[in-house]
Amino acid sequence: MSATGTAQSGTTTARAARRSGAQRKLLAFASLILLVAGFSIASPNFFQLSNIMAILQAASVNGVLAVGVTLIIITGGIDLSIGTLMTFCAVMTGVVLTWGGMPLPLGIAAALATGACCGLVSGTLVAKAKIPPFIATLGMMLILKGLSLIVTGTKPIYFNDTPSFTLIAQGSLIGAVVPAFPVPNGVLVLFVVAAAVAWILGRTVLGRYTFALGSNEEAARLSGVNTDGWKIAIYALAGGIVGIGGLLIASRLNSAQPALGLGYELEAIAAVVIGGTSLSGGRGTVLGTLIGALIMAVLTNGLRVMSVAPEWQTVVTGIIIIVAVYGDQLRRGAAR
Amino acid sequence: MSELVRLEGIDKHFPGVHALRAVGFDLRPGEVHALMGENGAGKSTLMKVLSGVYQPDGGRILIDGAEVSLPTPKAARDLGIGIIHQELALMRDLTAAQNIWIGREPRLSFGRIDEARLNAEAEAIFATMRLGIDPRAPVAGLSIALQQMVEIAKALSFRSRVLIMDEPTAALNDAEIAELFTIVRRLRAEGVGIIYISHKMDEIKRVADRVTVMRDGATVGTVEAADTPISRIISMMVGRELTEEKAAIPDLAAAPAALEVSHLSRGADLRDIGFTLRKGEILGFAGLMGAGRTELARAIFGAEPADTGEIRVHGRPVTIRTPRDAVRAGIGYLSEDRKQYGLALGLDVRANIAMASLPRYADRIGRIDEGALARVARDYIRTLGIRTPDDTREVRLLSGGNQQKVVIAKWLLRDCDILIFDEPTRGIDVGAKAEIYRLLNELAGLGKAIIVISSELPEVLRLAHRIAVMCEGRLTGILPGGASQEEIMELATEGMAA
Ligand SMILES: Nc1ncnc2c1ncn2[C@@H]1O[C@H](COP(=O)(O)OP(=O)(O)OP(=O)(O)O)[C@@H](O)[C@H]1O
Ligand SMILES: [Mg+2]
Repeated sequence: MSATGTAQSGTTTARAARRSGAQRKLLAFASLILLVAGFSIASPNFFQLSNIMAILQAASVNGVLAVGVTLIIITGGIDLSIGTLMTFCAVMTGVVLTWGGMPLPLGIAAALATGACCGLVSGTLVAKAKIPPFIATLGMMLILKGLSLIVTGTKPIYFNDTPSFTLIAQGSLIGAVVPAFPVPNGVLVLFVVAAAVAWILGRTVLGRYTFALGSNEEAARLSGVNTDGWKIAIYALAGGIVGIGGLLIASRLNSAQPALGLGYELEAIAAVVIGGTSLSGGRGTVLGTLIGALIMAVLTNGLRVMSVAPEWQTVVTGIIIIVAVYGDQLRRGAAR
Repeated sequence: MSELVRLEGIDKHFPGVHALRAVGFDLRPGEVHALMGENGAGKSTLMKVLSGVYQPDGGRILIDGAEVSLPTPKAARDLGIGIIHQELALMRDLTAAQNIWIGREPRLSFGRIDEARLNAEAEAIFATMRLGIDPRAPVAGLSIALQQMVEIAKALSFRSRVLIMDEPTAALNDAEIAELFTIVRRLRAEGVGIIYISHKMDEIKRVADRVTVMRDGATVGTVEAADTPISRIISMMVGRELTEEKAAIPDLAAAPAALEVSHLSRGADLRDIGFTLRKGEILGFAGLMGAGRTELARAIFGAEPADTGEIRVHGRPVTIRTPRDAVRAGIGYLSEDRKQYGLALGLDVRANIAMASLPRYADRIGRIDEGALARVARDYIRTLGIRTPDDTREVRLLSGGNQQKVVIAKWLLRDCDILIFDEPTRGIDVGAKAEIYRLLNELAGLGKAIIVISSELPEVLRLAHRIAVMCEGRLTGILPGGASQEEIMELATEGMAA
């Protein structure tokens, strides 16, 4: 008798949990649609193909960074260095391509390797030296900012010798095939990165341990999981993804701007949070983060199209973050 | 017979505690070896040494007669040593199946996880345990008992030669315990050596072949379970004779009502519940798991308020929407899940004891009188026998049973008139149990009104002046304290489809 009773309660709770997860994603998506609909009504210039492409393009760098940091946030950590790391990766690409005169693939590899190595360092500081992620990556943030300025002598590096470099973000592979639909490559990259990370999180051992670390690290360790090693791997992977972000922004600006970067980490974290990922770890989705990044891009763009002053745009973004997280709390409270 | 495990002279220090003093222990294949001892005796610590979680300061570990070192949990696992930890060690955001296979997921190419196989194999293990848990169910949504079952399934999945079970039955009901023992006996027949830790004395007679008793970090002795009376084992544990007697049931017909509950309902969990608790009375709540006893307690305490119904305290109607309302009305609740609801694990013993009573120890501008707090904390540490070097030790470093005593101290200090104890002696040793029973009786004698919810019928029978029985969210009857187990079970299953 007890066996059947417990079985029932087991499945109903599972169903309830799955339902609430789906609801959360639905809600974020609904807010996105609502925003788009609202701006479309408010301004005829908003829902134009060119403007939609501009929004997506604007979302691409923040989106890629956010997807990367989602991994770290699910482990229960945080990475404050992604903004300045992005810039440092761009700078290293500039060093290889413009100063070294090497071919494009090596430049791309430089960005990815720089990102992964710096992620590896952050991960090691967190996992092995047991420095809290907030502090370790705060330190990395400042170090990388300084290094970018030192390496470049505070001057931008331009990519004029590598004309194809700008194509990374600004060309359009899709447009070449379907001319009516000129999706910029930067956006394509964002979606490919997001799909890949979603796949890693959902299907692979690395993904499983990402959730396990955030959920109960000690339990994972007692289960024989090499928690330190996996944590380092996750930070390195996130770093590599930030490297991709570095390529995108450098390609868009056709230069590596050493003074840029600070503040990008907070925008990315905001996107993750709006997307419903819990800062205490163990829970989160890439789709949510993607929607979060799009919500932020739509908001910035829409307010600008409606000629709202930039300083007010910032205020509204802040409010949206708080409202989004509060809504999430309300739903979770109701579920309990 | 050959020995599977032999521990010799194991020593272990923690800051301020000599947890293990030259402990010896051995385990044969195909035996259930019970490890007994009071809270803080060092049982869990010894098992953590054997499972690679802690490194001993001295001593030797031999497996199959050969000395080994166990630097990590994985090293122990690879030698065939599996452990179910006392404190649930599950990842709440992962599913049951994902928890079972964590660290050794069946893989496909590119590091992908074979989710289908993972779920199927978990389901197969649940089937052998005759459990219908959905392997895809997130663990956070499972009851404590089912979470415990997931832990057990995980340990079984390793096909270990040595299986350590650290208080596996603390959160299980009788039917589930019986099921677990079937599994234990089957494993024993297969030649697995099982180390079994429990504070429930009757279980020793039911499953154990040999018993080793520990006290204060040292081994007292090893005896055959079959020809050693329980009383002997108990005196080995506590180092003295223990007399357990039921206190006389006082006549409370004339006592004023402290708590009156009427027509309390909440969804399908609670259906039209009404009862009266008198001053000085201990009202026991019996019932099967899921009967709604904890739900009732949480409703009265405002943790999950009822939809409808009336609650009166000392004859006056009160509105309880939050735990704060309840505490103001003089109601204290001791949760069954101390980790989640009862303790701030990172804070010290003193802070935890003071948690519900801080304003009393603060002056007008909010300065806390630490001196006075330290004195009362030490008082409770002494009267409840909480094993801790001092009142500034972090609660998470205490053994499980001692953590429970800290929660009790918290509500005792708060001085509530109405106290609801939900599984008050879960994970508590016999000596301390007797101590807590004596305390509850004393509190009742002082005029406190007490509700005790317990899954252990003997506990309810021993403590309660009257016994309320619940079944599927309804109160099916209130029996006098002298009721028989049969009468209670009848009410507990009343109207249930057999
Ligand atoms: N990590 C730790 N740091 C400091 N002290 C510890 C630690 N783990 C255990 N102790 C101390 O070691 C002693 C033995 O604890 P242990 O958990 O082994 O007891 P136990 O016999 O399992 O008790 P229980 O029946 O309550 O579970 C206790 O005094 C406890 O406070
Ligand atoms: Mg223990």
